[in-house]
Amino acid sequence: MTNRPLVEVRDLHVRFRGERNVHAVNGVDFALNRGEVLGILGESGSGKSVTLKALLRLLPERRTEIKGAIRVGDEDVLALGPEALADFRGKTASMIFQEPMLALDPVYTVGQQIAEAVERHEKCGAAAARRRALEMLERVRIPSPERRLDSYPHEMSGGMRQRAMIALALACRPQVLLADEPTTALDATVQIQILLLLRELQRELGMAAIFVTHDIGVAVEVSDRIAVMYAGRIVETGSVADIVRRPAHPYTRGLLASTVHGAMRGRRLDAIPGAPPALSEAPASCSFAPRCGEVQPECHARVPDAVTVAPAHLSRCLRSVAAGG
Amino acid sequence: MSGAEALRQGQEAGGPAQPLLQVRALKKHFPIRGGMLGRTVATVNAVDGVAFEVAKGETLGIVGESGCGKSTTARLLIRLIEPDSGEVRFAGQSVGSEIPVAELRHGVQMVFQDSFASLNPRLTIEDSIAFGPRVRGVAEAEAVHKAHDLLRRVGLDPAQFARRYPHELSGGQRQRVNIARALALAPRLLILDEPVSALDKSVEAQVLNLLVDLKQSLGLTYIFVSHDLNVVQYISDRVMVMYLGRVAEIGPVEAIYRDARHPYTRALLSAMPSMDPDRRTQEAPIAGDPPNPINPPSGCLFHTRCPYAEAVCQSTAPALAPVKDRHSAACHMEIAGSGHSKARPAA
Amino acid sequence: MTAIALPALPPTRGYWSAVGRRLLQDKVTVACGIVLLAIILAAIFAPYLGLADPYRGSIIRRLRPIGTPGYLLGTDEQGRDMLARLVYGGRLSLFIGLLPVFNAFVIGTLLGVTAGFVGGRLNAAIMRTIDVFYAFPSVLLAIAISGALGAGVLNSVVSLTIVFVPPIARVAESVTTQVRNLDFVDAARASGAGPITIIRVHILNNVLGPIFVYATSLISVSMILAAGLSFLGLGTKPPEPEWGLMLNTLRTAIYVQPWIAALPGTMIFIVSICFNLMSDGLRSAMDVRR
Repeated sequence: MTNRPLVEVRDLHVRFRGERNVHAVNGVDFALNRGEVLGILGESGSGKSVTLKALLRLLPERRTEIKGAIRVGDEDVLALGPEALADFRGKTASMIFQEPMLALDPVYTVGQQIAEAVERHEKCGAAAARRRALEMLERVRIPSPERRLDSYPHEMSGGMRQRAMIALALACRPQVLLADEPTTALDATVQIQILLLLRELQRELGMAAIFVTHDIGVAVEVSDRIAVMYAGRIVETGSVADIVRRPAHPYTRGLLASTVHGAMRGRRLDAIPGAPPALSEAPASCSFAPRCGEVQPECHARVPDAVTVAPAHLSRCLRSVAAGG
Repeated sequence: MSGAEALRQGQEAGGPAQPLLQVRALKKHFPIRGGMLGRTVATVNAVDGVAFEVAKGETLGIVGESGCGKSTTARLLIRLIEPDSGEVRFAGQSVGSEIPVAELRHGVQMVFQDSFASLNPRLTIEDSIAFGPRVRGVAEAEAVHKAHDLLRRVGLDPAQFARRYPHELSGGQRQRVNIARALALAPRLLILDEPVSALDKSVEAQVLNLLVDLKQSLGLTYIFVSHDLNVVQYISDRVMVMYLGRVAEIGPVEAIYRDARHPYTRALLSAMPSMDPDRRTQEAPIAGDPPNPINPPSGCLFHTRCPYAEAVCQSTAPALAPVKDRHSAACHMEIAGSGHSKARPAA
Repeated sequence: MTAIALPALPPTRGYWSAVGRRLLQDKVTVACGIVLLAIILAAIFAPYLGLADPYRGSIIRRLRPIGTPGYLLGTDEQGRDMLARLVYGGRLSLFIGLLPVFNAFVIGTLLGVTAGFVGGRLNAAIMRTIDVFYAFPSVLLAIAISGALGAGVLNSVVSLTIVFVPPIARVAESVTTQVRNLDFVDAARASGAGPITIIRVHILNNVLGPIFVYATSLISVSMILAAGLSFLGLGTKPPEPEWGLMLNTLRTAIYVQPWIAALPGTMIFIVSICFNLMSDGLRSAMDVRR
């Protein structure tokens, strides 16, 4: 029982219907252990945020078709009824977003919002809930927390709001925290503070976390493992060191090569040519093949299976060589 | 021959040693109006006495956090916003008095961050690019022909793209169109305001390569505004760091990235996420958020977050002082006899 | 510099042809369009439709019911042919319903775009003046102006125009302000274009659509207000056929021939609801961005 991973996602498919169909997620598998941080790295349209939202069933039900299995703790997430779903959100898993202004309710004070969540999930009194809210604001290191408890979101600066949202998300001690680009909108000096805070809280509370980002640097700072997504599939997973030092998939290699850093001054950047596919059809072969420098005829024939290139290091590429084989 | 062509051929006074752009004491304060009568209740010192030069053919990177005035500076340079005071000299001539703004805009063009908002959704790509030359009196056929040339230059096939509308293109393709549009008037100086910030990494690299190529083949000068220190380090020859509307530090790119003198520059640099899993950042270089630009602190604007702040920093604003060759910082620790305990000894 | 291959896209069309195509796919809009077109064509070509004389009454044939031989829709309180009067009545009713909205569209757009584009003091001057008109309910305002100017078709057109300028100017000002702050307007300024060129190429192109949609939604209100003015005796004068006026004069017959008395009201209802539905269809058809 305790050996079972906390989160298990199997063969997840998400399709949006509408004027145009979009096959946003096309067979995602991953597992997350207690206390582990998984970084999902990908560009816009890779399906990374959609995968995360599917975990909390935050996608618009009418336009979305979800297939596969999602288990968090003992809950089969895709089978939860409305009541159970409301209990699940916030208590078992909770989420922080890129834009705290959209996640916090502008007409309630920060303290009211946190206390309300605590009261609902823990069925405790108002005074106890407020005490918890204050404790949370202290935890996320908001200066003068007593005063901030009665502040409205618009009265806070961007970094403060992000801290308040983290306090709200963690108020009910969720087992897994889902973070959707939580530092993308922040200034550099504030981003690093929030990253360090999240890392510290995750360790203190023993939470598992999934961290979606497009920024390799951010993923390296917070993750234990990284999953690289492209066109709705995980193309490579491995430890942070595996991904950064020994990337196996050509897309991961391309992404690393095209990520600008100072040492590249004066050199031409090895950009990946072209653009990601539109995904109006479910991809029937390797989606990266049209942009891949190592493409071979069979790449266009079928979807490559994940190959274990080293222990706990998987790559979905026909050319990846299995470890020991 | 238009003025810009004359300038292009280096006929202005001063020759190659003459800086292409000289900015002195540039100021822009935005009033915040409130109340029933719209009285001014506060001002934001968006740009507060900024001075710098850009040499011909170089790339000046401007970095800073949101609200530091880098985008306002960019818009002031091309006069999309009127400055309150200060002087901008383009190719040795004072803008407004010696050359009219219209002439300035022949020599200076701008690329904006939001590739979608900066293209008219009702115009085809070729019409958007040809618009500038058409306004300047170029015949339609010629302007369209030139637009096709420019599309080819930025790596887009005119047969495929010329008649398309902006929403039919990807972000990277639209940004290429914006670059082509800015080049249509054959400028010498291109102001790039966060041109790759909204793009994915793989596309960002394509656009950066394009910008480097264009600079070489057209002999352009760039002012590159960005919050991304990696990109700025890659593309710039010199870097200017701004904080709350003032210049904190300016110098050659190696000096700024290896030997930064202003505590804010150092904080910015150490706030960059590490790419090495064995050497993750352990401590945030500075605490707190950037102050609200509506009520900026007294003295040195950075003293509220600076680990080295002393009494003098609260009372007096440090002037930009030379540190080394072409490298200046606005910090009391770099000013001999400033009263700061860590100030360099007077020479 | 590698050219980027673009996946095969449908051949590109202009914006307005895309809007047209979407409009034609919308069944409700097409149906409303056909109904309105039929009513308008009938009104225009009324003299050639072989109808009875809408002015000639007959004491002995008053208030014949619907379906009377020779009088398909019966006769009114003076024995005049209802079908003929409804068809001819469309001429005036549509005229005083549509013309004020058209006038207000032109004037309101001019004021609103100017205010939005220039901004500052001029904006404040124009918009605060317009706000004054908001102090009065539109019905009262129309009645008051018509009353002051005196009865008559032209005066009711003038008064309704005055009623519709403020809301249109408001919408025009707000969309212009939005568009003016987009970067492509700055880019146009940076390429040296003057304000007139910018308004012509970059602003009008993007604001006329939304303003037009809003104006079409006002047509139904205008039809009803115009009918209301005539009903009160402030618009058309008898014996002119006009739906609002007919509603008034037939009011006395409501207990004798309720169906006849309801006919002009039905016409007003059909026309205004068709304009409203078309306006909705136009709004969604024009939302093709992104």
